[in-house]
Parts: sequence; C-alpha cells; structure tokens
Amino acid sequence: MKSFSNTYIFVFSTVMVILVAAILSSAAMLLQPLQQKNFRIEQMRNILASITIESTASDAESLYEKYITESYVVDSKGEIKDGIDAFKVNMVDEVRKPDEEKNLPIFVGLRDDEKKEYVIPVRGAGLWGPIYGYVALNDDFNTIFGTNFGHDGETPGLGSQITTPWFQDRFKGREIFSGAGVFVSIDIVKGKSDPSSMNQVDGITGSTLTTNGLEDMLKDCLKPYEAYFKNQMN
Amino acid sequence: MKDREPLFSSKNMKLLTNPLNEDNPITVQVLGICSALAITAKLEPAIVMTFSVVAVLAVSNMVISMLRNLIPPRIRIIVQLTVIAAMVILVDQFLKAYAYDVSKQLSVFVGLIITNCIIMGRLEAFAMTNKPWPAFLDGIGNAAGYGIILVIVAFFRELLGSGELLGFPIFEKIGLYNIGYENNGLMILPPMALMVIGIIIWVQRSRNRELIED
Repeated sequence: MKSFSNTYIFVFSTVMVILVAAILSSAAMLLQPLQQKNFRIEQMRNILASITIESTASDAESLYEKYITESYVVDSKGEIKDGIDAFKVNMVDEVRKPDEEKNLPIFVGLRDDEKKEYVIPVRGAGLWGPIYGYVALNDDFNTIFGTNFGHDGETPGLGSQITTPWFQDRFKGREIFSGAGVFVSIDIVKGKSDPSSMNQVDGITGSTLTTNGLEDMLKDCLKPYEAYFKNQMN
Repeated sequence: MKDREPLFSSKNMKLLTNPLNEDNPITVQVLGICSALAITAKLEPAIVMTFSVVAVLAVSNMVISMLRNLIPPRIRIIVQLTVIAAMVILVDQFLKAYAYDVSKQLSVFVGLIITNCIIMGRLEAFAMTNKPWPAFLDGIGNAAGYGIILVIVAFFRELLGSGELLGFPIFEKIGLYNIGYENNGLMILPPMALMVIGIIIWVQRSRNRELIED
C-alpha cells in the first residue's frame, strides 16, 4: 500500500473540506428562495387547516388571501403592537421570552358563513422534539373552533396521533375559560374526561408524555393572550 | 495495449443485476433494515427514498473511486463519510426545495441515509478498489436492490394497511368495504415491515436454495 506523508494528509483533508463546504453552501444559497416559499405555504396551509379549510400546495396562497382577512400582533397587556408582521413572527424565539416581551400574533379568519375565527399559533415540547400548531377560537374568545397540531418526531402510532382529526376533533367546542371566567386552558386527562366539564378532553393511551407537552403548550401559549381576550369580551 | 472493456460488458451488467436478487443488500446481506422498517408504511416515501439512495450511492461510489489512489488509507473512512454526508445534504436540500411534502414525511430518514450501512459498505468494499464506471454501476445496482425491497414492502403495507396505493383509494373504488372488508391497522406499524421482509427472504430462499445459510 502506498504510504502518505502527514503533510499530504493535512493538505488533502483541508482541500476536501473547503471544496465540500463551497459546494454545500452554494447549493443552500441557490435553493433557499424555493425552500422559504415552501415553508411559507406550509404555514398558510396550517393556519387554514385550523379553521377547517382544506388547501393544497398550489391553492394555499389564494385561499389564504381569501379567508385570512387580517393579522396583527398584540402584547401581554392586550395592546396591539404596530409594525410587526404576524406572519413573520418566529415562534421558536417567542416561546423563550418572558410573557411581557412576547409578540403575540393573531390571524383573523373570515369563513363563508361570515363568522370570524381568531387563530393563535402555539409551540411547545413533546416527548422527542418540538410540537407546534394553531388554535382557532370563535369570536367569543373562549370556545375552540378548531386546531391543527404538528410535530417533528413524536413516536409513530402513539404521540404522532396528535396530528389526526380523531384526536383534534375532541378540542372542538371546548372552552379555555372556566364558567366563572377564569383562564384555565384545556386539560388533557388520562382515563375518561368529565363530560360536563367544558375544559377537558380525553388523552391518548400510550401518549401521556406527548399529550402532557401539548397541554403545557396550550396553557403557556394561550395564557399571555388572556388580557387581550378579556378586553375583547367586554 | 489491453482492449478497452465495453461499457456494458457482461461483467459490468452483473454489477447492476446481482444486487437485485442473489446479492440483495437487504434480504441477503441484511443491511439497511432500519430504514426499510421506518419509511415503508406508504409507497410514495419509499419510492423517493429509493431515488435518494440511488443518487447518493452512485455518485459517492464514483467520487470515492476516482479519488481512490489519492485518499490516504489512514483517513479513508473520514473521507468516505464526508463525501456521503455532502451528497445526503444536497439531496435533502433538493427535496426541501422541490418535494417539500415528501421531505417532511421522510424527515430525519434522509439525514440518516448517511448512516445507512449499505453505503459505507459499498464504498469500502467496492469503490476503494475499482474504477469509477464499475463503481457507479455497483452503486446504482445496490441502491436499486435496496429500493426494490422497499417498494415491495411499501406496496403491501399501504395496500393492506390503508387500502390505498400512492394515495389512490383502490379498495374503496372496487367496493371492497361494502362487502365488510376492513383495513388491517397492524400493517402500518413497524413490526409488520419486518414480517413482510421476513416473508420476502423466505420466498427468495425457497426459490434459490444456494442462498440458505447453514
């Protein structure tokens, strides 16, 4: 076998690494606009799905234009913040901030039946990775109209079921305020939920840790909106 | 001077066809099982995974083969890994740009092509000692051998588990549900992938007894 000097090995690996880095970064730069467009469309489709509007990659943009009539950002005191595009708020950064500093995006959906829904983005931690989604509230700012949850790597067949209509339908019509008007979010309970309670849904067997994460996500992400919701209710 | 070997000599064709059957990476060498379990619940991701692995394996086999006399043996594994990783990242970027839905379904598994034992195995066993063209064919052959099993498994899992093929509701259209047929939810779960592969191995070995190990 040919032997190679140490100098050769160093030069060889340096050249290789530089070449590979150059190829990869140019590919990343060239493809970035397309990838960002896909990502935007995905976000639009998820927002639309939370107000039960089905879309495809090709019609998502036009449907979004049609049904999402306005979007804005509020703060934890319920005041509208000017100059921030709700669509561009990065939830990964927002969930790390203290409540007072959070930008809280709201997307207003107006469906064919002329009823307004208020779509709130949520993000939290499941068992293996991030979980995220959108919660659409009726114009009473209390009743859940629909949800759309997603995840990166929850266990297939168990935690991953949070994305199914079978699970998400349980949230429809549930309320995030108790009868006395206190913010309680939604409890995801093991075993049978109390049918008379408007603030509970059944969990998924075998997915306790994922649904616990989901419960925390709803509580943590909806709580900062409390002031805004209350202002609107009165 | 020696005559040039024709591009598609019988020896070269063997490189392409052997891995499809008697030297199949999954059913004979039992490599790459993990991804075969993970992404075969539906046909579409299995097909995309096949093409991704073909691209990665053929190109990295060829690149390594071209460099085989330049690569210092002491760092050859690292060099192989760098080439594979670069190819995989490229494939991942292209999928994200041109097949976003599929790339979401494949999620981590595209990245895990890097750790697919078939790829490192072929680079180390074949590309390091052969010329670029045979290495390219060997890459396509082995990746296709891997892919053919993925597609067979995914075909049965999607058909029996969801009653669909490539998302087309085939059982509903022929009215199977009306006579009381139910989808078998077990087919969707990973254990059934292993069983389907087991059945393929059984069928293959009963037809070709030379493959049976003692």
